[in-house]
Amino acid sequence: MNFRDFLKENIVYLDGGMGTLLQGFGLAPGELPERWNISHPDIITKIHKGYFDAGSNVVSANTFGANCLKFSENELEEIIKAAVENVKRARAESLSPKEKFVALDIGPTGKLLKPFGDLDFEDAVEIFAKTVRLGVKYGVDLILIETMNDSYETKAALLAAKENSSLPVLVSNAYGEDKKLMTGATPSAMVALLEGMGADAIGANCSLGPAQLREVVYELLDKASVPVLVKPNAGLPKVVDGKTVFDVDAVDFANEVSDFIRRGVRVAGGCCGTTPEYIGELVKSSGDISPKSISDKEITVVSSYTHTVEFGASPILIGERINPTGKKRLKQALVEKDMEYILTEGVNQQEKGVHILDVNVGLPEINEREMLENAVCELQAVINLPLQIDTADFEAMESALRRYNGKALINSVNGKKESMEKVFPLVKKYGGVVIALTLDENGIPNTAEGRFRIAEKILETARKFGIGKKNIVFDTLAMTISADNYAARETLGALKMIKKQLGCHTSLGVSNVSFGLPNRDAVNSTFFALALSNGLSAAIMNPHSADMMKTYYSYRALCGLDDNCADYIGAAETFTQIPVVAATEGTKASASGEVVTLAQAIEKGFKEKAGEITAELLKNILPLEIVQNEIIPALNKVGEGFESKRVYLPGLLMSAEAAKSAFEKIKDSMKGANEKSVSKGTVIIATVKGDIHDIGKNIVKLLLENYGFDVIDMGKDVPPEKIVEIVVEKECALVGLSALMTTTVPAMEETIRQLKNFAPWCKTVVGGAVLTKDYAEKIGADKYAKDAMETVRYAEEIFA
Amino acid sequence: MNSVVITKTYDAPPFCEKEALRYAGCKKADENVIELLRVCKAEAWEKLSYKVCYVELDAATDGEICDFGFLNVKSRDLSKNLFGCERAILFSATVGIEIDRLIAKYGRISPTKALMFQAIGAERIEALCDTFCEDIKNEKDIALRPRFSPGYGDLELLVQKDISAVLNLPKKIGVTLNDSLLLSPSKSVTAFVGITQGKDDNIPPKCVNCEKKDCMFKEV
Repeated sequence: MNFRDFLKENIVYLDGGMGTLLQGFGLAPGELPERWNISHPDIITKIHKGYFDAGSNVVSANTFGANCLKFSENELEEIIKAAVENVKRARAESLSPKEKFVALDIGPTGKLLKPFGDLDFEDAVEIFAKTVRLGVKYGVDLILIETMNDSYETKAALLAAKENSSLPVLVSNAYGEDKKLMTGATPSAMVALLEGMGADAIGANCSLGPAQLREVVYELLDKASVPVLVKPNAGLPKVVDGKTVFDVDAVDFANEVSDFIRRGVRVAGGCCGTTPEYIGELVKSSGDISPKSISDKEITVVSSYTHTVEFGASPILIGERINPTGKKRLKQALVEKDMEYILTEGVNQQEKGVHILDVNVGLPEINEREMLENAVCELQAVINLPLQIDTADFEAMESALRRYNGKALINSVNGKKESMEKVFPLVKKYGGVVIALTLDENGIPNTAEGRFRIAEKILETARKFGIGKKNIVFDTLAMTISADNYAARETLGALKMIKKQLGCHTSLGVSNVSFGLPNRDAVNSTFFALALSNGLSAAIMNPHSADMMKTYYSYRALCGLDDNCADYIGAAETFTQIPVVAATEGTKASASGEVVTLAQAIEKGFKEKAGEITAELLKNILPLEIVQNEIIPALNKVGEGFESKRVYLPGLLMSAEAAKSAFEKIKDSMKGANEKSVSKGTVIIATVKGDIHDIGKNIVKLLLENYGFDVIDMGKDVPPEKIVEIVVEKECALVGLSALMTTTVPAMEETIRQLKNFAPWCKTVVGGAVLTKDYAEKIGADKYAKDAMETVRYAEEIFA
Repeated sequence: MNSVVITKTYDAPPFCEKEALRYAGCKKADENVIELLRVCKAEAWEKLSYKVCYVELDAATDGEICDFGFLNVKSRDLSKNLFGCERAILFSATVGIEIDRLIAKYGRISPTKALMFQAIGAERIEALCDTFCEDIKNEKDIALRPRFSPGYGDLELLVQKDISAVLNLPKKIGVTLNDSLLLSPSKSVTAFVGITQGKDDNIPPKCVNCEKKDCMFKEV
């Protein structure tokens, strides 16, 4: 019987611990257990056979850490070959009458993925792919990905398994006592991600004993539409009389896990500390439980690296601000690759309470694929909201979906044949909920009925691609009422029909309805209320619009979706004045009342105040005068205070940020006026290859910008060749390099060497925790700067 | 010899504001800076976790090489630190990855806050190491030498690889090592701690034995 068929009808018993048993046989701490497949095949086979004899249906090959980071390609192949043979031998030798399968076991790489570690996502996929291909070559029946404590690495492993085999894949994560993965995902978030990508079973293993895993297991059962897997530890290890013992015995273990099976778990086994005895007890105590059938939970859900957002009664807000249409400042940020601006837009919308962030970076003059992928990676590193990947470029869509750490909302597909044929395979492969626009080759139908018919067609086609209606959200297209008085009526009509007759969720780009009208917020928010009462599930909207937020909170309170009206009351305080803010992030200052001049605001580090005063000053005073008479003197005063140790680093930085907020206002006012701000010169800065620390570098950047330099920030972990390439391209006169650790200084030395070779005109200034003046000289740097101010002074010298 | 790796999770150790300010490079802080530190601490507080894993090892040293049974480490300075100890603890501690996210997030939009989160992370991981050592002292009724980490004195960072393997760090507490031998999450520590039986051992406070004279963080 093949494994998928067996899984449909039966409870599947996995095996138990391997590592803990090998330690009993003399595996030394730190020794790689996978080598024992070759050096001690009899011991490994004996353990496998013990599990088959005890009643396991699936025994995993001893390949948990078998990857090309730990072993050479040749050794890896030998190990996997031997490991699979060991299980096959055990299977042949075991007299157990049960169905018996061989699994390729895949554990974490042991490296953390970028940006917080140094392993690139695609490299991780390739590492897993090599292991998968060998497993397939030597004839395993299925793949077990387990003990993963990072959602992103789990995704890489599952993607590798799917792209390199057609075998069933079971995926299991290691949850902590907080019921989350180390990198933050809840069980629900993992279900959304893994089910979307087509995992055959989803579960939890390791870290905890069965009792501590209970809530995780219940959550998995509650959300998953595929079989749930569990293989707990035998409790926690303790040292008793010099021996390692686990605190849950075989009988207690079996009782707890049997209870999970009774509640619907379909795949069960053990992890650290469990032995064939545990599995034997489990098989015995759960033998008369009939497998619970698995129902489709019909949940429309998207996820981030931490949590899910479910479509349901309460409306979902999708922040629309990261979309260049009609936004000059964002266009400029995209062209300049100013990721800070984009991140700040994301953070500000999150603070306003949106549930999902729309990400649209389509501009004719930029490489959208690269930009979208980059924006998704940057946003998902620091903002835990699910993202809506919004693009008409299918390549960009795939590349962003591939890198997305969760189950994305995808904007969009429509009723055109080409669109469906391009988008649905991506939804199928990477998971996702896709917004379906009710238009096709003949355009947008004028009537609600016409749009409804397209929705039916889309649903039917999706089904052929294996995509159920829970993963389609219909957008019935809000059109401006200034062009057609009945536009809103038809949009709402279609919305209602789709909700009622197809039972699907819906979404609208609300703001389109008022295009061409004055005071658009009034129309938008009324339309939003109407749409909600016609069954709208989600709105793509501007969370900085007070009217829209009022409608949202009022609607929830009126519909009984807000317990004790608590959210409404909390939000009501801000209703009186929500200013439409630009991308500036406020540092709240308590004593900013006394500040009257811009210079004072900067000296004291009041960021918001500095911005406000600058905006006032700009009404009467020329930008350059403000810079010369207010900002520069204040910065100099603080800078000198820092150099003479009267001002400390945080004070210096607060002033620098206040100055930046003033500069931001000045930049806004100069835009479109064809005025070019005067730059003192361009400085390139980077943290060198291998180093992921960038606080120091970011501080230097902030100060250089304050002092009028253009800064090209190449980020962290930047290879020497890349730095040289940009220096040559921009003919840059000064490069700032940062390194924190002794281990990364050689990369700095190499960068300087290459710069001297290929860009001999360029000076280098270096800094970072381990550097000293002597050290800097030794590696050939032109200048050692002990802090950010010294870098500024040196830049002034170079560009004087 | 038993070499089981034990994992522990702690509640948040008491927070020392002065210590965090010291890590932020602030010997004297005005009210704005303190206010900002408090805002950042509030944002970080619930996101931190406090995990430690450790193993107790036999220890012997000839002044040059420390022999931990299955792991030999070449370092005169560690040998000096462990002199006379027959047992040692090898541990790793982390406050988790969320502080790295905060540092990364604000590194892009407010370097001042990034500096504050950096300082809070440094204070937290040190406080966790102190808490762990206190806990072990009480639990086992032993005295401990000052902890000694790779990168101190002549103890090379390369030993992180062995430590990671022995403690099974990625699996036990989610601490990983990158190609430059840095730990991720960044607010993580690995260290050896010598066990001395005599409670009256004359153990010098931290920083006293360090030969680095120009350190801005040196405690005197």
